[in-house]
Amino acid sequence: MWLTLGRRIGGLLIVMFLVAAMVFFLTRLAPGDPAALMLGDQATAEDIAHLRQVYGLDKPILVQFVLWLKEIATGNLGQSIFLQRPVTQAIAERAEPTFFLALFSVSIAALVGIPAGIVSAVWRGRVVDQIVSGLAMLAANIPSFWLGLIFIQFFAVRLGWFPVAGYGDPGAPFVERIAHLALPATVLGIVNSALIIRFTRASMLDVLSDDYIRTARSKGISEIRVVLRHAFGNALVPIITVVGLTAALLVGGAIVTETVFGLPGIGNLVVSAVLRRDYPVIQGALIVVAGIYVLINLLIDIIYTFVDPRVRY
Amino acid sequence: MISPPLLAIDDLEVRFRTEEGESTPVRGVTLSVAAGETVALVGESGSGKSVTSLAVMGLLPRPAGRVARGRILFRRRSEQIVDLAAMPSSEMRKLRGSEIAMIFQEPMTSLNPVLSIGEQIAESVRQHMGLGRAGAVKRAVEMLDLVEIPDARRRVDEYPHQMSGGMRQRVMIALAMSCNPSLLIADEPTTALDVTIQAQILALIDRLRREVGMGVLFITHNLGVVAEVADRVTVMYAGQVVESSPVKDLFRSPRHPYTSALLNCLPARAKRGADGRRMVQSIPGTVGNVGEGCAFAPRCAHSIEMCRTSSVALEADGERSARCLRWREILA
Ligand SMILES: Nc1ncnc2c1ncn2[C@@H]1O[C@H](COP(=O)(O)OP(=O)(O)OP(=O)(O)O)[C@@H](O)[C@H]1O
Ligand SMILES: [Mg+2]
Repeated sequence: MWLTLGRRIGGLLIVMFLVAAMVFFLTRLAPGDPAALMLGDQATAEDIAHLRQVYGLDKPILVQFVLWLKEIATGNLGQSIFLQRPVTQAIAERAEPTFFLALFSVSIAALVGIPAGIVSAVWRGRVVDQIVSGLAMLAANIPSFWLGLIFIQFFAVRLGWFPVAGYGDPGAPFVERIAHLALPATVLGIVNSALIIRFTRASMLDVLSDDYIRTARSKGISEIRVVLRHAFGNALVPIITVVGLTAALLVGGAIVTETVFGLPGIGNLVVSAVLRRDYPVIQGALIVVAGIYVLINLLIDIIYTFVDPRVRY
Repeated sequence: MISPPLLAIDDLEVRFRTEEGESTPVRGVTLSVAAGETVALVGESGSGKSVTSLAVMGLLPRPAGRVARGRILFRRRSEQIVDLAAMPSSEMRKLRGSEIAMIFQEPMTSLNPVLSIGEQIAESVRQHMGLGRAGAVKRAVEMLDLVEIPDARRRVDEYPHQMSGGMRQRVMIALAMSCNPSLLIADEPTTALDVTIQAQILALIDRLRREVGMGVLFITHNLGVVAEVADRVTVMYAGQVVESSPVKDLFRSPRHPYTSALLNCLPARAKRGADGRRMVQSIPGTVGNVGEGCAFAPRCAHSIEMCRTSSVALEADGERSARCLRWREILA
């Protein structure tokens, strides 16, 4: 098992290197000179050249890449061109809403999706199944911005139960800030529950026809026990995978939802950085997000070993 | 006075509702198993053996399958006689795994891969014997010892994938026997195993039967196995019982032409095939649409017009019974 884990971590480092290379070269491919953009229309050629030198934009591209790799290896993601502060700091400032939004959204999606998927599989073809599958289909096809706007209009504007937008004052108590996440997390939870419902249903149906389920029934244990202990226990691996991947995607910043709800999260940071060609921020954010994605995948693999003895030995 | 049998199935009919319409895979099964006795249930693939056993267990697939006719009388430990076919499912659940247990054909897939074998046995014990966790695990170890799994104390924590097919089938037997059932249904318990392991498993089931005096309904294709383990044999064809006999009588003088045909498929018999009967190796023809008459008539060398038109009842005669209009003539 430790060997497998070591191998996984080795693979993870390779993946991170490839991600870094891709991030770096792709951002350089895009047209537009950030130095010129930053200084505006009135800038002279000298001003631009000076700024390019300050940010190292004048060096050969491979040299830039190696220097940059060295820096990120030590945890330094560089200096933002526009925000006048280190990229790590810019990301850290934006991490809280994104992290909690992802956490709440995925919890809601799992708490809705897993039971719904189980119920749907157990009563396959019956009315409950048709209702659940229909709702899942609907949830999968609702654009999150649309649902977000409806929620804002109804729960925030009309009923006044939740803040309309934003993330509150940075100095406000934590609970107050978190309250701003209720609506966006519900929207993302609903939208993402669709996939979890379908995976849970398919995985449960698959398992419920297995021979050991018949054995479990032949023991005279309750049907709830058959479904939850014997079937669900075996259906878990694909369910954990889809929940984990949902979480990983959400950590990358739910750009649309963050924009609709005016949340100052990672997605928001990346969007403004792209518009301003703030290379260091774009690169840094992509590296961090990819890193988290890969780490969540590793976590999923580790969880597998707890739920499936065949992986453990 | 003779005590009533442990299990008495009387004219059982099982129907399935499928997308293609209703089917009746079991339509006239009458058989009995006494305490301490092994009854073999034989018949070709699709003849309804497994469906019959699932009906006894109350495990017909729901909502497609149901018992449409007949009774499944079972004598409980309390000596009370109950009809399993008419029992509410909550009551049935109390019998299942405790008084009636079943071993399935596929040892490789019949155990839950994510639970240790100890947990799987203990679950049943806790359900029916009211033991606590520690007591149930102790019982699981005892059961593994009983089915001759070496080093039971250690292996109780292992998972199915760590064991061979033969070992897993022993675990299945341990599981089935863990609450001292009075009836054991074994649905082709050795078919998936190689010959030496097969013999060991058969010997094990037989030993346990003798030691605890339970009745065994042993489903198999293998007439060699029948000769070895059974006291009596019930032969099924196309969802019906066509003959029931003590094992010696059945092998010496089968009454139903289908039984004779089956026996002639045995390699040992086929070799001395010059005795006038011309059926060897396989029975010609296929199971046709079953209508009014004898289901075997289209494939039977002895069939006459009446076989195809009138319904044929299972005719009891002492210890034996046969569903054939002409068995006396044919034997003579
Ligand atoms: N769940 C089901 N739905 C519909 N039909 C079924 C179902 N299970 C079994 N049958 C049908 O019932 C008939 C009898 O099947 P059964 O499994 O009892 O045969 P068997 O005698 O056990 O055969 P084998 O020796 O191959 O195990 C078959 O024709 C089968 O197609
Ligand atoms: Mg079968």
